Amino acid sequence: MPQPTEQPTPRTQMIEFDGVSKSWGDNHVLRSLNLDVAAGEKVSIIGPSGSGKTTILRVLMTLETPDDGLVTVGGETLWDARHGKKPKETKHLRTVRGKVGMVFQSFNLFPHLTVIENIVDAPIHVLKLSKSEAYERGHDLLDMVGLASHADHKPPQLSGGQQQRVAIARAMAMRPEVLLFDEPTSALDPELIGDVLAVIRDLASDTSMTMLLVTHEMRFAEEISDRVVMFDAGTVVEQGPPDLILKNPSHDRTRSFLHAVLDH
Amino acid sequence: MRWDADYAADIFPKLLDGLWLTIQVSLLGMALALLLGLVIAVVRYAKIPLLSQVLTGYVLFVRGTPLLIQAFTIYYVLPEYGITLSLFTSGVLILGVNYSAYTAEVYRAGIEAVPRGQWEASTALNLPAWRTWTRIVLPQGIATIIPVLGNYQIQMFKDSAILYGIGMTELLGTARELGVAGRSLEPLTIAGILYLVISYPAAILTRRLERRYAPTH
Repeated sequence: MPQPTEQPTPRTQMIEFDGVSKSWGDNHVLRSLNLDVAAGEKVSIIGPSGSGKTTILRVLMTLETPDDGLVTVGGETLWDARHGKKPKETKHLRTVRGKVGMVFQSFNLFPHLTVIENIVDAPIHVLKLSKSEAYERGHDLLDMVGLASHADHKPPQLSGGQQQRVAIARAMAMRPEVLLFDEPTSALDPELIGDVLAVIRDLASDTSMTMLLVTHEMRFAEEISDRVVMFDAGTVVEQGPPDLILKNPSHDRTRSFLHAVLDH
Repeated sequence: MRWDADYAADIFPKLLDGLWLTIQVSLLGMALALLLGLVIAVVRYAKIPLLSQVLTGYVLFVRGTPLLIQAFTIYYVLPEYGITLSLFTSGVLILGVNYSAYTAEVYRAGIEAVPRGQWEASTALNLPAWRTWTRIVLPQGIATIIPVLGNYQIQMFKDSAILYGIGMTELLGTARELGVAGRSLEPLTIAGILYLVISYPAAILTRRLERRYAPTH
């Protein structure tokens, strides 16, 4: 693997967090966070449980409202909570949110719909694709995640790993520019993790999507990421190329965290 | 007093007519209760300002006053404001309005039982609120409460007897009219049995539904 010796030339910025804070009572999950992600960049966020990693993704997916700061996606404002402003759900928010997709730790498939219905519903009703086009793309995506023969199954009939691959296909069907992965393998039995990681790996290498991945799979993070962000107590501890952060971190907190997760 | 079989056979068709009216008014009453209750539950869950508070007051009022007072209000007070409804329409409205306050609570429980992740996935897919409700949340929320709603239908079927209080000759009303005209033993006994003949199998059916719609989450 080539060793990057200097910062890569900056690409177009896709995501920007500017002084973003979020707290629940005394629990400050984001403390004036600044984070930029370039278009097409694959970024892994690592750090202890409860450190606020997931909140970064949830703010981007508009599942949480920031208390302060500015969040932009593709140069457009997603949240503007600067100067005590209270952001609201607006048409504009919906438009910007359309650039972002998310894969959840617990899959969150719709259990009463078939696999293919899970995938085509939003493309038909949000992207306004024709039924035939949505189904054709849906079947292609199922084929991509290796589940072409499971189109008419209901999610509860599938294993966790299969459900997560359907969830990835469902997110991809919305043609996101940014895809968020929130600990996508944490809820899976060890023998089912490999297939899910393989799908994510292919997406990382074959697409120009911007990807943000919260994970405890350190080797996987090293393999697919352009950059690793070590996050703790609401702030970025350090960040950089994966082999630097994971093999030669400069902060004690990163070292002790890596020590804990790699030696368990 | 001895059972008069000839008299019983004589009045049976009239009681069947009463039963048919009871069935009609309670089916339509339940349909109204299901519709109103759903609207109330969704408005309150979505916390739509003002409307939500008004409906909370409505539920409080309906649950806190006797059904018979509500019946009298709809049938005797509304005409004083120029709103005159037929006996049958009043009956449907009385039952539907009263039960909507209860079905609203059942719907609320069903909606709250839908996991947060279902809402979050809907947001992540950018589904509009209407689609999230009709395609994702309500189908799952309602599946788990179908047995409870079935029980309410049975209860309404029996509660519809209060419509005799506004002069409707449904099953109980028919039995009472026959009693006033002559004997009470046979019409009331037959009426009681007819209520049972419908409500008991319905209860068994509801119990089957309970097994079928047990929550899968």
